[in-house]
Amino acid sequence: MKRHLLSAADLDRDEALLILDTAGEMRSLADRPIKKSPALRGRTVVNLFFEDSTRTRISFEAAGKRLSADVINFSAKGSSLSKGESLKDTALTLEAMGADAVVIRHSASGAPHRLANSGWVRSSVVNAGDGTHEHPTQALLDAFTMRRHLGDLDGRRIAIVGDVLHSRVARSNALLLATLGAEVTLVAPPTLLPVGVETWPVTTSYDLDATLPKSDAVMMLRVQRERMNAAFFPSAREYSRRYGLDARRMGLLDAHAIVMHPGPMIRGMEISADVADSERSVIVEQVTNGVAVRMAVLYLLLSGSGEAPETSENNTTAGTEALA
Amino acid sequence: MVPTHTAADRGAERVVLDAEDIGRALTRISHEILERNKGADGLVLLGIPTRGVPLARRVGSRIQSVEGVSVPVGSLDVTMYRDDLRLRPARGLEHTEIPDSGVDDKTVVLIDDVLYSGRTIRSALDALSDLGRPRNVCLAVLVDRGHRELPIRADFVGKNLPTAHAQKVQVLLEEYDGRDAVLIVDSGPGESAPGSGSMEEDVTEVTR
Repeated sequence: MKRHLLSAADLDRDEALLILDTAGEMRSLADRPIKKSPALRGRTVVNLFFEDSTRTRISFEAAGKRLSADVINFSAKGSSLSKGESLKDTALTLEAMGADAVVIRHSASGAPHRLANSGWVRSSVVNAGDGTHEHPTQALLDAFTMRRHLGDLDGRRIAIVGDVLHSRVARSNALLLATLGAEVTLVAPPTLLPVGVETWPVTTSYDLDATLPKSDAVMMLRVQRERMNAAFFPSAREYSRRYGLDARRMGLLDAHAIVMHPGPMIRGMEISADVADSERSVIVEQVTNGVAVRMAVLYLLLSGSGEAPETSENNTTAGTEALA
Repeated sequence: MVPTHTAADRGAERVVLDAEDIGRALTRISHEILERNKGADGLVLLGIPTRGVPLARRVGSRIQSVEGVSVPVGSLDVTMYRDDLRLRPARGLEHTEIPDSGVDDKTVVLIDDVLYSGRTIRSALDALSDLGRPRNVCLAVLVDRGHRELPIRADFVGKNLPTAHAQKVQVLLEEYDGRDAVLIVDSGPGESAPGSGSMEEDVTEVTR
């Protein structure tokens, strides 16, 4: 892993697996009497959220705190950001406060990249969702959840259904799952597939009923009305009928297949309430796993010296320790 | 798991314990643990990854064959508690598995392959105190090579091995390396000795 986590494409297979395996150990911390490790004692993690978020911000906050980091939450509302301060000036403020990591969510695609590569801050930058671009820790927690239920993802078939056009989750998942060897099918109406999707490592389909029987996991995406400035489909009802997951469609899935949703979900739109609450749904577990995965990411980015791995003095191999 | 740097890369090596020696040492340690604890009651064996874990399993099966009861065996990763965590590149975690019976009010025997600076054991004690409150904690090691940097000693020792700082002690175990042996490796020419504070446990653990 580099110094930052900006895109799921930054991770090669070994790095991704290291994060997922580390997350597995982090998850067991939650079952212990003291749900805390001293690994990031004295480190400062700033959650810089320019966009509303419930689970991602809380998840990063919990992750940082369980690793004993000092966590500072910084949201656009109620800060100088709402007075018109620029990203640069905010970054310089964070730098002056000595942040070791900045977890950033921003409505503009590329904001985390700008923060990481501008020279404004020396800290590690973690992308917690930028515009319609990427959300790498969501992809990691999705992969982690799938691995717990399906085992090795090599050759597994994953369907990602719905508003792919506006979904940073879909893009990060497509990239990471391809790295892990899974076969991804994007299912959406033509209007909700992004331009250039043919360059993604995925296949596409307009037919949900045909895709479900051969899927090991189906991930439903929220229709992001707030990002829609045009009519992408005739009506909510028609969308729901063609691309929503209801009990009948769930019946088409294989017995072992799981149902996922990154949240927040709109019950009755892309997913029906009985499906969301069914045995196959791992939506609540995704949230639990999110904390463990973000602990692994923060731990691997921040716990070490930040230098390149040693090779000669010790017998440890460079490959397995190529992190941070 | 194949060692990436074979001993031959680094200079002369000498076998100080062979498979039979290791077997005898573990049998003696198992008996000593039972003697000290007056039986297997309340014992929990925790191996420190990586090579402490198979050693703990072996001690556990020896205790079972002597006493006829199975003792809980687990593993305790100390990575996040190391005092050199931020001096070196970030490391992945090893597996921690605490037996269902827990460690509260138990006699916990920590088991590791090599005792050197003592820093790994200090980390293990910190990790353990976050898991519960054992009645007492003792330490069993296959090899004690001296050069302690902290006031820590082992209760059960397979072999005391006087070494120089510049030498490396390498423990090979069937489970990871295909054979059982303890080697002393003299550093090859041009290679610096491990600095003070480096842990022998790291040096012997070849790969994950």
